[in-house]
Amino acid sequence: MGLCEVITGKKKFHGGIAIPHCKNTAQCETIKMGVPEKVTIPMLQHVGEPCKVLVKKGDEVKVGQLIGASGKYVSAPIHSSVSGTVTDISKMVCMNGAYVDAVEIKTDGRQEIHESVKPPSYHNDAELLELIKGSGLVGLGGAAFPTHVKLSPPKEKVIDTLIVNGAECEPYITSDYREMVENSWNIISGIYILKDLLKAKQVLIGVEDNKPEAIKIMTNIANTSGKIDIIKLKTRYPQGAEKMLIYALTGRKVPSRRLPMDVGVIVMNVNSVSFVAEYVKTGMPLIKKRVTVDGPVVNNPSNVEVLIGTHLSDVFEFCGGFKEEPYKVIMGGPMMGVSQHSLENPVLKFTNAILAFDRKTAESVKKESPCIRCAKCVQVCPMNLLPLFLNASSIRRNTAGLKKYNVMDCIECGCCSYICPAKRHLVQSIRLGKVLLRKEES
Amino acid sequence: MSVEMLIPIAIIGGLGLFFGVGLSFASKKFEVQVDERIKLIRETLPGANCAACGYTGCDAFAEAVAEGKAKADGCPVGGAGVAREIRKIMGTGTEEGGSPGEKDRKKEEEGQTARVLCGGTYDTCKAKYKYEGIEDCDAATALYGGPSACNYGCVGLGTCVRACPFGGIVVENGLARVLESKCKGCGLCVKACPKNIIKLVPRYSKHTVLCSSHDRGLVVRQLCDVGCIACLRCVRICTVGAISMDDQLAVVNPQLCMNCGECVKVCPTSTIKQL
Repeated sequence: MGLCEVITGKKKFHGGIAIPHCKNTAQCETIKMGVPEKVTIPMLQHVGEPCKVLVKKGDEVKVGQLIGASGKYVSAPIHSSVSGTVTDISKMVCMNGAYVDAVEIKTDGRQEIHESVKPPSYHNDAELLELIKGSGLVGLGGAAFPTHVKLSPPKEKVIDTLIVNGAECEPYITSDYREMVENSWNIISGIYILKDLLKAKQVLIGVEDNKPEAIKIMTNIANTSGKIDIIKLKTRYPQGAEKMLIYALTGRKVPSRRLPMDVGVIVMNVNSVSFVAEYVKTGMPLIKKRVTVDGPVVNNPSNVEVLIGTHLSDVFEFCGGFKEEPYKVIMGGPMMGVSQHSLENPVLKFTNAILAFDRKTAESVKKESPCIRCAKCVQVCPMNLLPLFLNASSIRRNTAGLKKYNVMDCIECGCCSYICPAKRHLVQSIRLGKVLLRKEES
Repeated sequence: MSVEMLIPIAIIGGLGLFFGVGLSFASKKFEVQVDERIKLIRETLPGANCAACGYTGCDAFAEAVAEGKAKADGCPVGGAGVAREIRKIMGTGTEEGGSPGEKDRKKEEEGQTARVLCGGTYDTCKAKYKYEGIEDCDAATALYGGPSACNYGCVGLGTCVRACPFGGIVVENGLARVLESKCKGCGLCVKACPKNIIKLVPRYSKHTVLCSSHDRGLVVRQLCDVGCIACLRCVRICTVGAISMDDQLAVVNPQLCMNCGECVKVCPTSTIKQL
């Protein structure tokens, strides 16, 4: 493969849907939001064990100070994003229903940096992994899986390919795109660090073809550095899902209930890769996040760099407030995001977008009617599942059926719910099915 | 009588006799030995086929007991009384586990009932959001802990109602309520509830704290009108020490409670109820 040309991905995954891109904020350069008056930092912002609070009410904290940690391996430490005083340790309910501690900090606006934040040094892979673990990094694409766990595959699994995910297939979200345009050098240096760590032979960056500028910039840089291939992918939802991306770029299929590392691949989001480079340079843990603020009722849709823990209301205010009272606010993209019950909810590590919709746009979710067995959900399912049967099994709490139709393979991309003419709550029922199966197994 | 009539009579009669003898012989020769005890045990069981014992129904449970696979006290609906009968049938002795006194035996035989330890209806407890998804408590709980503002409160979508084989639970105004006359104490609703707020209590227990919230009193007050705010008044008034505090929540110990009703009078949020 020559280095100068843009390579087009040839494999096309089964199913998927073509949806409006709505990338309204693509040309909005990232603006830095100031320090809010108050932040709330919950102790569960990752997949795995919640952290224990290390500070108490009345403590002074500084930027980058460790305020939450757990002894468990599958977990990520949490740092203060501001300097100020801890006003309360309250309880907060997380997206998945977990009830965890949250540290409320009143900021002093000085943003003094904690003494533990200094450019780190490392001499071998183990030390680098320890550094990444300490940085609090989780998958910034939205999955929030602790990165140090992903980067330490068992010895018998040989990783030959590092895939950098710049597909960003969800509508509205442009935070990965802005990273590729604004911080492309960081991404490349992050790639070199991770490539050495994983001993990967090839690095592939997958970008959807609705982001020509990102492809151009990344290709130019990759040309000068070499050994990195930028691959242009057809824009199709869910192209950015791990398993779809692996298939599109390498032709490898991840078997049922297995991980990408089982086929020799590790997939990382562009933002995560870029953060690794940034952290190795400065030692500043994960305390801020680029968030796309968009939606029909937002006055100034933009990409904002937000401190983690900032309340959604402050972020919206920074973007000029609302044209009208929003009917629905979603954290994440419209396909996989979760609607919010309060604007006092904080921005989390994995938040990549917050979207506010008016009644007309959001009420397209109609009342569900009986399944007409048109099998459209089967046609669009990228994982080759049968969503209609999963739905029926979940509602009847039939765990044998859920097992038979491989409920755990579902990636919850939302294609089936999107296409269903009967407007059935397919993804929600599948999530319920997973809950039921886990309950039965435990 | 003509011969034409006699021949068919003889043929049919002969066949009848032949099959009759054949069948009676076969029934003796290939007889299936049925354990007498299974039938007896089956008769002592409540016969609700609720499957709370973990077997498919009462027949399967009786068989398992007779084969020694299940324990005599495996039927939660029948309780201690049925267990004693089964032990008699199985010949393992009536006095297993010590001889209960007359008063205790009476209490024991009353059995257990499920109770929903929450008082938060749509009127008394604030809402977190409007829920528009699948009618299932587990599904709603997976979304920010459910539509009720209180994280410990009843979701009110009726997963327990569907789990109950006796029609013993109703949901009224967003709150599940056990109809204790219909409840057999099988505990299927206890397992089904994603919030773990349904508990089995002895039937003789009349005073219950209808709240499961471990939140701080200040938080509870903001969210719910009838939640336990951990003010300790009931703990102080109780003369027999039956009420204790478990992480910001009052709990009545039915073994000690004298049913005097003083706690109901002092509770400022009417969380303790006499049922």
